[in-house]
Amino acid sequence: MSEHIVSPKIYAVIFLALMVGTFLTVFAAGRDFGRMNIVIALGIATIKATLVILFFMHGKYSSRRTKLVIVSGFFWLAIMLGLTIADYSTRHAEPSRSQLNESTASSLMRS
Amino acid sequence: MHRTGELYGQFQTLDQQKETATLGMWVFLVTEILFFGGLFLAYTINRHAFPTAFGIGGNMLDLTLGAANTVVLILSSLTMAMAVWSATTGKKSLVTIFLILTLALGGVFLGVKVVEYKQKFDHHLIPGHNFDISYCVKNPSPVCGTPAELATEEKEIEEGLKVDPDLNAHAQLYFSLYFGMTGLHALHMVIGAGLLLWLIVQSAKGRFDANYNTPVENIGLYWHFVDIVWIYLFPLLYLINRHLG
Repeated sequence: MSEHIVSPKIYAVIFLALMVGTFLTVFAAGRDFGRMNIVIALGIATIKATLVILFFMHGKYSSRRTKLVIVSGFFWLAIMLGLTIADYSTRHAEPSRSQLNESTASSLMRS
Repeated sequence: MHRTGELYGQFQTLDQQKETATLGMWVFLVTEILFFGGLFLAYTINRHAFPTAFGIGGNMLDLTLGAANTVVLILSSLTMAMAVWSATTGKKSLVTIFLILTLALGGVFLGVKVVEYKQKFDHHLIPGHNFDISYCVKNPSPVCGTPAELATEEKEIEEGLKVDPDLNAHAQLYFSLYFGMTGLHALHMVIGAGLLLWLIVQSAKGRFDANYNTPVENIGLYWHFVDIVWIYLFPLLYLINRHLG
């Protein structure tokens, strides 16, 4: 059979990278980067998820057809998240509750 | 039914047969991405609406247990990947060993989750009639944590109430999402554990080798998917507001 066999060495490297990612995300959470907090947390999570899909799940070695299905899943997820969030964030004519809370949340951080 | 590596009539080659199985598994996982996606969406919108309550709620989770569970689950993904490797390289006894390791690590994860849920129960943080975010502050006891932890918690709640008078209700929303998301994730783990048990029995009978290992591969894909869900749940639920504490 022509299927690609990923060596244990690669698995070990990916595992170590995932451990480093876990450590980094906990470390970064203890510091305040303001609006970047969530970007950093989700950025690290996305790098970790990508490594799992590419190597543990053999995404990198799968057929183009399978790759298309994998990407389509996240594409549909992006539509669901993107359009709903766009709706929620533009619906209010007056200052939204979230905007009010955001300013109060930052005053909490300062205290 | 003894499926081994034989070629079924509707396929031309074993490669094609195998790719079809992988593709089908991924189509299922795509529906799973959207299934969990709905909960992630609910979380995003509510967290944006009530950042204070979500931050305080997140700080009430046990970071040590959450981080430890992340390590356990990623380790179980490694052993699962090694089980698939053992199967594709024809190391029959190693397949069984790695599958048992994966099941054991999955068990550890669920065990830690039970401890965490019990803590939340003791702290009156289960959504419902007895939910009270200030319970531990009002009734300090060893199950609630050290006096220093409780002092931080009291200060956070006090500040939180100033900006969000409905803090208790909004924190309850956070914990509803916490239990909904981790509960659905745990349910997937329990189903995964059942699938692993079946794999272990089949593997002990020597069913899987280089020629036939589709069930190991596909249940492996499922297991890694559940790992990915946790990779997102951990920072979103446990780490949102740690810099405040």
